Amino acid sequence: MKHTPPKLFLRFFRWYCHPKLVDFIEGDLLEEYDERVRASGKRKANRKFIIEVLSLFRPGIIRPVKNYENLNPTDMYKNYFKIAWRHLLKHKGYSFINVGGLALGMTVAMLIGLWIYDELSFNKYHKNYEDIAQVWGGGIKPETQAIEGSVALQYPVGEVLNNNYPHFKHVSKAFRTDCTVSTGDKKFKRSGLFVEEVALDMLSLKMVKGSYQSLHDPHSVVLSASTAKAIFGDDDPINQTLSIDNVLEVTVTGVYEDLPRNSSFSETQLFLPWPLLPSYREWMKGKETDWDNRVVTIYAQLRPNTSMEAANAAIHDLYSKNVPEDFFATIEKYKPFVQLIPMSTWHLYSEFENGKPVGGRITYVWLFGIIGVFVLLLACINFINLSTARSEKRAREVGVRKVVGSGKGQLIAQFLSESLMMVVVAFAVAVLMLVLLQNSFNALADKDITLPFGNLIFWGVALAFILLTGFMAGLYPAFYLSSFQPVKVLKSVLRIGRFAALPRKVLVVVQFTVSVVLIMGTLIVYQQIQYARNRPIGYDRESLITLEMGDPNYKGKQEVIRTELLNTGVVSEVATSSSPLTGIRNVVSGFEWQGKDPDRDVEFVICNVSPDFGKTVGWELVSGRDFSRDFATDTTEAVVINEAAVKYMGFKNPVGQELIDVDEFDRPQWSKTIIGVVKDIIMESPYEPVRPTLYYFNDNASKRLHIKINPEVSAHVALTKIEANLGKIVPTALFDYQFVDEEYARKFSQEERIGKLSGIFALLAIFISCLGLFGLSSFVAEQRTKEIGIRKLVGASVFHLWKMLSKDFVVLVIISCCIAIPIAYFYLTAWLEKYEYRTEISVWILVLTCMAALAITLLTVSYQTLKAASMNPVKSLRSE
Amino acid sequence: MKKYQLGEFEEIVILTIGVLYKEAYGVSIKKEIESRLSRKVSMGAMHTALVRLEDKGYIESFAGEATEERAGRPRKYFQITALGKKAMAYTKETRDTLWRSIPKVVIDLKGSV
Repeated sequence: MKHTPPKLFLRFFRWYCHPKLVDFIEGDLLEEYDERVRASGKRKANRKFIIEVLSLFRPGIIRPVKNYENLNPTDMYKNYFKIAWRHLLKHKGYSFINVGGLALGMTVAMLIGLWIYDELSFNKYHKNYEDIAQVWGGGIKPETQAIEGSVALQYPVGEVLNNNYPHFKHVSKAFRTDCTVSTGDKKFKRSGLFVEEVALDMLSLKMVKGSYQSLHDPHSVVLSASTAKAIFGDDDPINQTLSIDNVLEVTVTGVYEDLPRNSSFSETQLFLPWPLLPSYREWMKGKETDWDNRVVTIYAQLRPNTSMEAANAAIHDLYSKNVPEDFFATIEKYKPFVQLIPMSTWHLYSEFENGKPVGGRITYVWLFGIIGVFVLLLACINFINLSTARSEKRAREVGVRKVVGSGKGQLIAQFLSESLMMVVVAFAVAVLMLVLLQNSFNALADKDITLPFGNLIFWGVALAFILLTGFMAGLYPAFYLSSFQPVKVLKSVLRIGRFAALPRKVLVVVQFTVSVVLIMGTLIVYQQIQYARNRPIGYDRESLITLEMGDPNYKGKQEVIRTELLNTGVVSEVATSSSPLTGIRNVVSGFEWQGKDPDRDVEFVICNVSPDFGKTVGWELVSGRDFSRDFATDTTEAVVINEAAVKYMGFKNPVGQELIDVDEFDRPQWSKTIIGVVKDIIMESPYEPVRPTLYYFNDNASKRLHIKINPEVSAHVALTKIEANLGKIVPTALFDYQFVDEEYARKFSQEERIGKLSGIFALLAIFISCLGLFGLSSFVAEQRTKEIGIRKLVGASVFHLWKMLSKDFVVLVIISCCIAIPIAYFYLTAWLEKYEYRTEISVWILVLTCMAALAITLLTVSYQTLKAASMNPVKSLRSE
Repeated sequence: MKKYQLGEFEEIVILTIGVLYKEAYGVSIKKEIESRLSRKVSMGAMHTALVRLEDKGYIESFAGEATEERAGRPRKYFQITALGKKAMAYTKETRDTLWRSIPKVVIDLKGSV
């Protein structure tokens, strides 16, 4: 070539042109330039050249902004996965430990994740979730200065909220009742809620039939779809009549889609119109203006654009503004107020302290969330430990890759993709396990959780979860492996220093600390349950059944029932009372007695009983006597109290003392004499102290029938006879009985559920940790094969070798135990604090757990160490 | 519906490649167009068209020999593919159909002017 075109433009062209085209086009340009120089001279050719170069500066010719690479990286990725897959298959044992451990960890983490999601989305089914609140009324207790209160409110509060405060779109009073719904011969026990018409709209029920105005008619009822189906089958339920406890006649005007399990109203099966309540509960009559008795609950929905805070501030002084002055003077010392409890806190923050929701299930959300993360972490630690421990095996590969030009970044990518592959496999296994375990988990956790396969968000979260786990497990090994120096590893003088194993040891300690803490926690939870179970409950709950006397036809028939049932011979005693044995229905304050401290005014639990109550439930008299029909005055002048009441009143000799009831202006109403003292009967939580209780002889107020079955007769025979006899006396009532011991056992269900769940998680945690230890010990044994062989040759015994190999691991577990004990002690003490009646954390449980952890460790490790120690040295030394 | 997409300039380029048969490379195509159609063709416009035609699969290329006047840069020869031939035929067909559909009068009038 003789002529050169303008260099600057040629360079410019080379810079911008697509590398694929540059040679050809440059050739064309030069060829043309050459011709032009010959034809029309250099200057003209130069000018034309410049124009051509500029004309080529256009899309299609310009190189892509990103560095163009002619390499196809997918081949490289394919190779990564191929190598990863081969490693998986070559070391089946390690792969199993890795994938199995990760899959277990992921299953637990996902289960817990779904559980937490379910807890957090509680009540979100209701469209007005953000705007609904329950009204809470409280006041200051003068003797403690603490704020106390409840959701039970006076009837007029509802009216006042509705009429005087524009902040609310809807206000509805509510009254819950467990009632018998019947039509013809069919009787069903269902939970009903008396509400005002607007409640259907407020709760955004999905109406299958009828509308939000369905409760307008005062004799209507709205049923849940499942209840409608149970009662009417496939027939149209609309305009059918139903009887509620044989007191009300109502017509079905609407059916709504069943509320999901994670709604506060999920137990409610029928909504009844508010105006019907006074005819259902006589005592409700006249409560419209009663500011003294808390008889209703109130739900409210805010108007759009009204904030919860503003509404809360507005209604705070509702009592002082609306209660009639003379009555307000009597309650002023309590500084009564009302506040709104937003729907979002009902479920997770159900415990109140000083008038503020402070906690509740949210504790368990946190607890299980932390457990989930830890269990996943344990599985990741296995992965980290095994990959770094086995790094020597991969060192050559890393060396060769580096020599042929792999950068550190590429190697990191390779090892990360390897861990990602593991995680994806583990995820698939985990999803499979989840599908299999779903039902048993739901039964255990009392939930309705399904895997939302159709939900795009679920897959997004799953992807994020896979990436997160992959990075958690793979990041450290990736950096560790990719940092090998090729010269060293290829000369095979890779000497992993004394401290290389240190991070591994730390991770093992973390694993075992977590596992040991979880096991200790489980044991203490069970110890607490057992402790509360063994608490004396004050009566004999064996073969005792109880049933609600909701049907009005029971009235006045107690005596007949008692004699008839006793005549059957299958029953040893029958009694009635105003409240069940496992709950409190009536609490009253305002009593005077001799030597009463005027500053203290505690509420007494009131229970009206028939004279045979004591004999039926088998209460234990401490002093005095039981009620008796022989004393005509017992019905009006006698009271039996429990030991808690004696303690509170401060009597040395309570029997014979006077108890005077006074009204709110301290005027005495009546007086009763204490005739007996009984041991405390646990009616509420078995973890709480028993409240002072007064028993009156009054069988007119009876709501519950208690029947003690003759212990010599089988329960089945007895129940059939009792049902037949009761059916004759009160044919309209449903024989819906409960065994008192079962009812009582239900008080432990929450704690038992926590215990079971944490037990399972603890077992999984220790299992995953042991899986990792198993892998590590086999690695160590393999690595020291030669050493063991030589030691054996010079005379070491199997026992000696076993001791030598196991020692390292045992030391780690001992360190974990030392860390775990204070952590467990601290948190468990805090957990136990919330129970008034609690067990002590015994040191022997903690020590025993540690011993067990050690034993499990030794068992796990011994399999490998014994195998290595008993190997024939000829074999181990010959192999090269 | 467009079956084959062939722009006006692209059509000229692909036709020229056909004309040149085995001698079609950058400079020769450019010269051919310039001499036959007596219009200026810029290197940019032509190479863009070539890239596009190749992307569409109407032509294919192979590297030729390196010559001295090109300072050792190889020539890139182009050849029409089977698909390219179909596209050309289709384009011609549509043109012809349109031609045939024009009433005789129009052409006569034009001719008479």
